[in-house]
Parts: sequence; structure tokens; C-alpha cells
Amino acid sequence: MTDRTDLKYTAEHEWVKVDGDTVTVGITDYAAEKLGDVVYVDLPDAGSTVVAGTVVGEIESTKSVGELFAPVDGEVVESNQAVVDSPELVNSDPYGDGWLLKLTTTSLPALLSHDEYRALTGE
Amino acid sequence: MTDAPGTTDPGTNERRSPLDEVHRAAGASFTDFAGWQMPVRYSSDLAEHHAVREHAGLFDLSHMGEIVVVGPEASDALDYALAGKLSAIVEGQAKYSLLLGRDGGVIDDLVIYRTGPDRYMVVANAANRHVVAEELRARTAPFEADVFDESDDIALVALQGPDALEVLQQTPGFGIEGPGNDEEDFVAALAALKYYRAIAATWEGAPVLVARTGYTGEDGFELYVAPERAKALWEALQETGGPRVVPCGLASRDTLRLEAGMPLYGHELSRDILPVQAGLGRVVALTKDGDFVGRAAIEQGPAEGAPVLVGLTADGRRAPRAGYEVYDGEGDDARKVGEITSGALSPTLGHPVAMAFVAPDLAEVGSSLFVDVRGTRVAASVTALPFYKRDA
Repeated sequence: MTDRTDLKYTAEHEWVKVDGDTVTVGITDYAAEKLGDVVYVDLPDAGSTVVAGTVVGEIESTKSVGELFAPVDGEVVESNQAVVDSPELVNSDPYGDGWLLKLTTTSLPALLSHDEYRALTGE
Repeated sequence: MTDAPGTTDPGTNERRSPLDEVHRAAGASFTDFAGWQMPVRYSSDLAEHHAVREHAGLFDLSHMGEIVVVGPEASDALDYALAGKLSAIVEGQAKYSLLLGRDGGVIDDLVIYRTGPDRYMVVANAANRHVVAEELRARTAPFEADVFDESDDIALVALQGPDALEVLQQTPGFGIEGPGNDEEDFVAALAALKYYRAIAATWEGAPVLVARTGYTGEDGFELYVAPERAKALWEALQETGGPRVVPCGLASRDTLRLEAGMPLYGHELSRDILPVQAGLGRVVALTKDGDFVGRAAIEQGPAEGAPVLVGLTADGRRAPRAGYEVYDGEGDDARKVGEITSGALSPTLGHPVAMAFVAPDLAEVGSSLFVDVRGTRVAASVTALPFYKRDA
């Protein structure tokens, strides 16, 4: 079980779990609920270089399309194939099996704390 | 001012349904729809979609407009005001029709119920309620007929899906309007009720128009009831249906109607479109006597090469969506030949489906087209509508 208070967040409703120079990225339950049932996920390939704040993937629900932003500069170590095969994991377990990317990064930008993110969503 | 159900929230100026309390208690997510706060989903729009295809779904459509036209010349008035021949339907019958502009463009699509010898109820899209009421008033002025916008006094609940009939028959409290009728008569009348027919019924003593109509491609019913009775009726249907009845939001309503190939005003229909372009030529009764608004323009027809509505299917999971451009090829030299009006990954079929206006020379079933899905050309082929048809 992921402790959400230990995670960092972005204003684009992504969560970031920092573990040394590796970060795991997913979208928050708030974002998953706003999107509705996720039916398609497009993620960058392992080895791709990503730049913080740029669009690196798509999360599509029956109703709308959400963009996945890279929260940090870095390189993709792994994208979650289980989510590509079963996009509903984003709704059912956004902080667990519904994770999207693992990246390596050398510099961590300022991200939101759990309390700051909660203030942002008003929840 | 009384605090009637279906009030306007003074803080946001948003209309709330008489069922608002029920939706909030059920944990619904809301969306603004034509100024109304309506449920977009309760938990999962896919689960709600499947529930309607497999069992039954319950929809709150209280935002829809209901405009009554009544008087000795109501039939003649509507024959002039609308595209269809409303004088031809009998009491208890419903008809899909269009309100056209003088230029033949579609101002709204409507379902009209004949609820008496001299009385019709016109059901309009929420966003068009006022313009429909205004147009009907203006167009019927020369006739002995009066127009009343009763939208605020009528709530609408739809029960849709293969289990809808059984659940409605099992729900206690229904009878047929008039003396000496009991629940058994209602159960029999319901079973015998044909598609696009309605019964003047009662539920717990309150009048309810029970219509075998819908917007999902399934068998089902729409129940027009006083707002103050809507909550109790909704709860009774849920209690009777148990797990067979799932409350459904507007997200599933949209994917259900799309699979059924049904147009949505503002997407497939607009003032810029003649009915024939959207495949609705048959809805315009050119054979009826006398003039009707839009007749001359309809007889002239659309301009040469005007786009026509088609169904599109694609492989994969990336859905074409409203506004995406349609091309006749994959390369940079391809010609733009149309635009998507609605699209989704079909929950029932498992592949993307969409509707689009395209150049008429490419509208034939089987034509290969390409949709620009956010920078990627996705192959799509023209497919006959509807995408989904229930087993008869």
C-alpha cells in the first residue's frame, strides 16, 4: 500500500514517487476520476529521453483525452506494459498497479507536497 | 417564490434536477449540460453502458424540455411548424421530428407525443428548450392552438435495457389513468405497448406518461412525471430492479446512442445541416398537404457536393473524436474531406466508432478514409449505421 503523504505531486495531477535517482510516475485518483474509465494509454518507450513539462503520453477515457506530462528531466527506464494491456488499472489502482512510468533523473524540480496537492484539488 | 424541486442554485446559477439529492447520495460526478448540473457518471461509465445493454439502466433526463401544444387546430399548427406530419399520428403515439429553419437547417430534433385529440407534447433538447418554445409560439399563432412551456413542471426518468419491461411491470403502484383500472391492466398494457407508443398511466395516484421510447438502442421506457414525485419513482424502480437496474449518467448515454447511430444535436445536427445530409430525409414529410417551415429549401436540396453523415469504424483503441479532421489518404498530399462529429471506443464492440460529415463521393460503405488523431493518421472505413442493433 502506497502512503500518499510520502509522494510528490504536480499541478497536472500526477504523482511522483522518488527513490534515489529513480522516480515512478502515475496519475492521481482525482485525475482518474475526472477522466472516467480509461480505455487507452500511450506511453513512451524505454530509453526515451524526456523533458520536464512536455507531453510524453496520452491517457484516453471514453469521454476525453488526458495528456501525460514528464514531471522531471530524465530517461524512461520502464513503461508499465500491464497498464497498456489493461488501461482500467489506472482507475482501479492509480497509486499501485496503475503506475505509468519509471524514470531516472539527476535533478528533481520543485514538486508539490501531499498537503499542497490536496489544497489544489480542494479535497 | 417557492422552493420547488428543480431549483436554480443562486450561487452558481446552475439548474439542478429534482433528483439532485438522489444523485449526490449515490456519489455521482456531475457535468454542466445546457446550464444544468447533471450526473455524468455514478462510478464507471463503461459499467453503466454494459448494464443498459445487458440488464437495465436508469437515467435522469429532467433537463429535457417539454412544450405542450393544445387546441382544436393543434394538428394543423404542428404540420405547419414541424417537418413531419403530426396530424397523422393517433392519440398515444409518438413521432421523431425536426424543427427546421426557413433555410431548411435543423433548429432542433424532437420527439412529439400525441396525448389527446387536440393535445401534443413536444420534447426538446435542454439547450434548445427556449428557442423551440418561441418558434412554436410564433409558428402556431395563426392557428387555434396554444403553446405552453411545461418543462419546469415535468421530470423525466428513462428505464432502458432488456430487463426494463419486467422491472417496470414488477414495480408496485402503477395503474392506467381512468376509473376502474388496476395494476393488472397496466402490466398487460405495458406488455402490449409498441415502440413509439405511450400510455397515460398513474403511479401512486400521480399521472405518469409511460412511453416506449429511448435513446440507447435498447428496448426501454421513458416516464414523464411531476418533479415532486420523481425521487420516489426513481427509488421505487431501483428497489424493484435491485442489481438489474443501474443508475446511469450522461457519459454512458452518449456512447449508447452513438453505437445506435442516433444523432445528437450540436454534433450531427445543426442549423447548417439539411436533414437529408444527416440521413434524415425520411423525417421530412414532403408529401403532406400545405406549406411547412423550411419546405422550399428542402425541396431545393443541399448544394452540390455538400457533406453527408457517415459511420466510421477503425481498428485499435484510439478513437476519433468530435472535431478531428478526415482525409482521403495517409500522406501529406492527402485532401481534407470531412470532420468527425462524435466518436468513442465502442464499449460493446471493442473498437473505435465515429460519425463524420464527409464529401459525398467518399460516403459509400467500404470507402477507406483516414482520421487525424492528434497528429497520427488512423485508417477508418465507412460503415453502415447503426453500429449496434439489438437482437429483435
